[in-house]
Amino acid sequence: MSETVEHEHIVSVLVCNKPGVLRRVANLFARRGFNISSISVGEAKDPGLSRLTIVVRGNDRIIEQIEKQLYKVIEVVKVSPIAPSPEKRVEREMALIKVQIDEKTKLEILQLVEIFRGKIIDVAKDGMIVEITGARSKVEAFIKLVESSGKIVEIARTGIVAMNRWNLSKKEA
Amino acid sequence: MLFEAFKRERVEKIFGIPGGAIIHVYDELCSYENEMDFFLFRHEQGATHAADGYARSTGKPGVVLVTSGPGATNTVTGIATAYMDSVPLVVITGQVSTSAIGTDAFQEVDITGVSMPITKHNHLVTSVEELPQVLKEAFHIATTGRPGPVLIDLPKSLQTAEGEFRYPRKLEIPGYKPTLVGHPRQIKRAVELLKNSKKPLVIAGGGVNLSGTAHLLNQFLDKFGIPVVNTLMGHGLNPQDERLYLGGIGMHGSYYGNYAVVNADLIVALGVRFSDRITGDPKRFAPNAKIVHVDVDPAEIGKNVQVDVPVVGDLKNVLEEFLKFDFEADYSEWIEELQKVKESHPLTYEKHEKFIKPQHVVEAASRYFPPDTVVAADVGQNQMWVAQFYRFRNPRSFLCSGGLGTMGYALPAGIGAKIGNPHKEVLVIAGDGGFQMNIQELMTINRYKLPVKVIVLDNSALGMVRQWQQLFFGCRYSATVLNDNPDFAKIAEDVGIKALRIRRPDDVEGAIDVLVHSKEPMLIHALVDPRENVIPMVPPGGDIGQPLLSAPYDKEILQKTRGEQDE
Ligand SMILES: Cc1ncc(C[n+]2csc(CCOP(=O)(O)OP(=O)(O)O)c2C)c(N)n1
Repeated sequence: MSETVEHEHIVSVLVCNKPGVLRRVANLFARRGFNISSISVGEAKDPGLSRLTIVVRGNDRIIEQIEKQLYKVIEVVKVSPIAPSPEKRVEREMALIKVQIDEKTKLEILQLVEIFRGKIIDVAKDGMIVEITGARSKVEAFIKLVESSGKIVEIARTGIVAMNRWNLSKKEA
Repeated sequence: MLFEAFKRERVEKIFGIPGGAIIHVYDELCSYENEMDFFLFRHEQGATHAADGYARSTGKPGVVLVTSGPGATNTVTGIATAYMDSVPLVVITGQVSTSAIGTDAFQEVDITGVSMPITKHNHLVTSVEELPQVLKEAFHIATTGRPGPVLIDLPKSLQTAEGEFRYPRKLEIPGYKPTLVGHPRQIKRAVELLKNSKKPLVIAGGGVNLSGTAHLLNQFLDKFGIPVVNTLMGHGLNPQDERLYLGGIGMHGSYYGNYAVVNADLIVALGVRFSDRITGDPKRFAPNAKIVHVDVDPAEIGKNVQVDVPVVGDLKNVLEEFLKFDFEADYSEWIEELQKVKESHPLTYEKHEKFIKPQHVVEAASRYFPPDTVVAADVGQNQMWVAQFYRFRNPRSFLCSGGLGTMGYALPAGIGAKIGNPHKEVLVIAGDGGFQMNIQELMTINRYKLPVKVIVLDNSALGMVRQWQQLFFGCRYSATVLNDNPDFAKIAEDVGIKALRIRRPDDVEGAIDVLVHSKEPMLIHALVDPRENVIPMVPPGGDIGQPLLSAPYDKEILQKTRGEQDE
């Protein structure tokens, strides 16, 4: 186990849908000094259950602790680590980007949206809102490029959701 | 409804203080007078520590009943104390009515929020219908797996609401399934290591007391002839072969206990969490040993030290499995070696002709009190002297706040222990500082005429901090001198408790003899030598193999604390 190398790690956590669960999980991370880079929450397959996807930074020992400590929260039903390698997992994040435009930058941004297969979901005379979905690296690359052409006013990101690919998750189950 | 659930859970004793947001529950209590005993304390912290002392000494969950707001927040230190030492409590707090929640109503506090990091679980009840299930879960979660406190916040409006009481027989909590059975392959690996070891050592932790497995562990030690040490929470072992027992380890452990850890080639750690007070510098902890770690909480394994063989499971199951193995092992050379170190570096103290040594009091109490006595120590030097000089031979017989180090713990915890063990002697040993933190509970002793025995070791100082200031801060005694202590014997007598005040070494044995034989509650106020330090001491973060073996007296302390001259 590596004590020193920090890396980013995704855990998928199935929880009972009870009041205060999110707070408990957030509390746990704060209390143990774990760093969350992103967290997303939504309903899971079964009624009464929700799935949290949490991205954390830490060395192997810390990641192991995070998984074990999560299990100690009574409402946590299952903690599934997501494979670190992109070949073994799928990951998606969505971002809405509100950007100022003028005649010149408009074209550049439209081009970027096309290359990145984003969507324009709102347009006005001097601004628009763009939707972009993909792995986080893609979302980030897109934001960087947009930034260099126009003035970004606001960004809203969902945080990552992720799953292990079919073969891996079957073996796991 | 609450009390119907308590009945099903065989709750016999309840600890608490009433108030506006729990008044309906207290009203109902009157109808259950014949079925359970209620004990009124003078402070909710006292009630909570008492429930904790009851739980630690009996193994049954301690039940606390308090009001909202300040009643609830007053339990916080008690809950945190129980949480750190894995003690099963069920704390019921009143809450303002459902409709008032969130309005900053009178005595409203978000106690589930406050207590989240110091409870194993907590819950704000939102309907009468869920109450039976919630209560059943509370007792189940508090007492199973790694035990711990559970808090249930019960709004006033639900205390009077009518509902059908159907107590669930079985529980299905999707996210809660403690692993109790140790993995056979890991157990086998551990046994293989034992077979090949020349210098094995068992470290027994609080888990041995919590799981009620000291008798199994004693058997295991005697069967294979393995030496054993314990953490502060693991006292109470009694292998037939006394040579196998090497005392406590850690910051104030015996030299030979820590020597055993440093020189062992195999450590079998049972129900320990490798706290920093035990390991010192974790890198220099047991440098030559492979480590087998057995614990019911998987999160403890690998948390503080690297482990070679992890075994997740209940000690009862794992020790039973260990005992099934048979192999010839001969660790006699190792035992011999340890015996020699024990003889060359014993735990001792020097008596003084004028001043009582606190260790003398503890060691005399250990001789005079019956072997099944439950001792509750407070926090500080007194706690360490009890750990060093009181020989505990029974499980659940030494109560102290190990993880949180809560001053003021001993007196109420001792009361709780007496309530749970009316036929055993209960001895409270506290320092003058900590004793004053819950001194109001002397009233509780008198109210219920509980024959608790109390010794206050008065060194006119916040002794442990004073010791650190002497050793690490160049004798600058910042805010640690208590030269204005009251006469605790007079206070006790005023409350209605028999008391003696002693200051000469010759008085020690006589006073303790009276204390043991007293049928009533009794207190001894012992004025002890303020200069005394707890030795050996491993400086924080240090190497447990290299403790300080002596600490000279600071000549100024007598003057500062008692206004007396050093000879
Ligand atoms: C509630 C609380 N406050 C402060 C401390 C810090 N502390 C640890 S030991 C100690 C001194 C204890 O003095 P005393 O109770 O007289 O016992 P002694 O060490 O002299 O035996 C203090 C202040 C603590 N452990 N708990």
